[in-house]
Amino acid sequence: MLLNRRALLIPVIAVSLSGCGVNSIPTAKIAAQTRWADVQNEYQRRADLVPNLVATVQGYAKQEKSVLVGVTEARAKATSIQMTQADLSDPDKVAKYQAAQGQLSQALGRLLSVQENYPDLKSDTNFLALQSQLEGTENRITIARRDYNDAVQQYNTLISTFPALIGAKLIYSSQPMQPFTATTPGADTAPKVDFGK
Amino acid sequence: MANKQASFARFWLWLAAVLLWVAPGYAQDALNFPPLTGRVVDAANLLTPEQTSALADRLKAIEDKTGHQVVIATIPDLQGHEIEDYGYQLGRNWGIGSKTGNDGVIIIVAPATHKIRIEVGYGLEPIITDAVASVIISQQMTPAFRQGQYVGGLNAAVTTLTELLQLPPDEAQARAKQMAASQAKARSNAKWVRLIPWAIFLLFFVLPMFGRRRYGYGYGYGGYGYGMPFGGYGGGYSSGSSGGGGDSFSGGGGSFGGGGASGSW
Repeated sequence: MLLNRRALLIPVIAVSLSGCGVNSIPTAKIAAQTRWADVQNEYQRRADLVPNLVATVQGYAKQEKSVLVGVTEARAKATSIQMTQADLSDPDKVAKYQAAQGQLSQALGRLLSVQENYPDLKSDTNFLALQSQLEGTENRITIARRDYNDAVQQYNTLISTFPALIGAKLIYSSQPMQPFTATTPGADTAPKVDFGK
Repeated sequence: MANKQASFARFWLWLAAVLLWVAPGYAQDALNFPPLTGRVVDAANLLTPEQTSALADRLKAIEDKTGHQVVIATIPDLQGHEIEDYGYQLGRNWGIGSKTGNDGVIIIVAPATHKIRIEVGYGLEPIITDAVASVIISQQMTPAFRQGQYVGGLNAAVTTLTELLQLPPDEAQARAKQMAASQAKARSNAKWVRLIPWAIFLLFFVLPMFGRRRYGYGYGYGGYGYGMPFGGYGGGYSSGSSGGGGDSFSGGGGSFGGGGASGSW
């Protein structure tokens, strides 16, 4: 009889635990971290495009030195910030990363606006290809960030609402993760690349 | 009596938890998409029925030969969104491309704003690069569209896509494999999650039938236990896909992440 009662307790404990987020909390956390990796990949893809883009623009527009140096410096700063997964719960670090990437966005926007003064640059096929890649990458960044924010929102909601709240407090001592926000003006929108005309 | 009131309160707490958990997931589905009626969804009525079916045949030939799903959509109203913003969500909604390869392509035409976009699924990004998509739009589609030759521009784009997709895709395969592996992992996780409703059923409906006679607290526990598993696991269900019936065309569950290019005419 005693054995029977204990046997009954095991599934009760199992389901109670799983209801408290023993599995759903790590699952949601890993989902958000995976989305974060996507965001980083896209930013890296953009950083990889920059040297080529700078070199191409330089070929036509050497005198735009301040713009070119600005892009190179912004890229160096953006790629120097390393984020670990634990940093995703640290508002300061996320804000710093975001600000650095935002500055690179702005510097790239200035670089692309230079083309208006150089018709040869505007029609350079290499430049056009790089430009469409940059445009595509900015678009991917926007989407990756949005997917990440959605995953973070789900995770944060999960750990702050009943019943997973119990597991979040007692088992994992989970911290909410930081979503992207638009802090620097224009940092959240891709620079307008208008070459369709 | 007091007991009944308490269980009511718990129910509302449970309901609030579920709603809070579920609501953010739907926030992005606010856009309305036309139904996926075939490989050519001419919601903006730019094509004649003959042109539609001829294009659809060509797109079917691509899938028969290469396995990649290519779809054309004309959208009368982007609901105030940029075509890039609308495009990937349309792709995810329709699920064009295979679920493991994410190898779908959608050519989107928005006549109201004179925008074209080629939306490329993750798996085909190495083949149909942004630059390639941009060239197709600016050199083949835009000139024809400016003269009102919608079917001419679309046919030219389909011809180029057909050629590209028939190339040996070594690079694409490596990536598709990698993505397939990560997706398979996610799915095996989801599988046992589906067992949880059964476990709950067993625990709180079947077992109490036997247990009630012996243990007085059988039901009291049940009221508390209900909310928990459902609140935490709502997401497990969404992984199930609904297939189209018969031999009509349906998306394979592919996803999109913003690959491709846009242009205007």
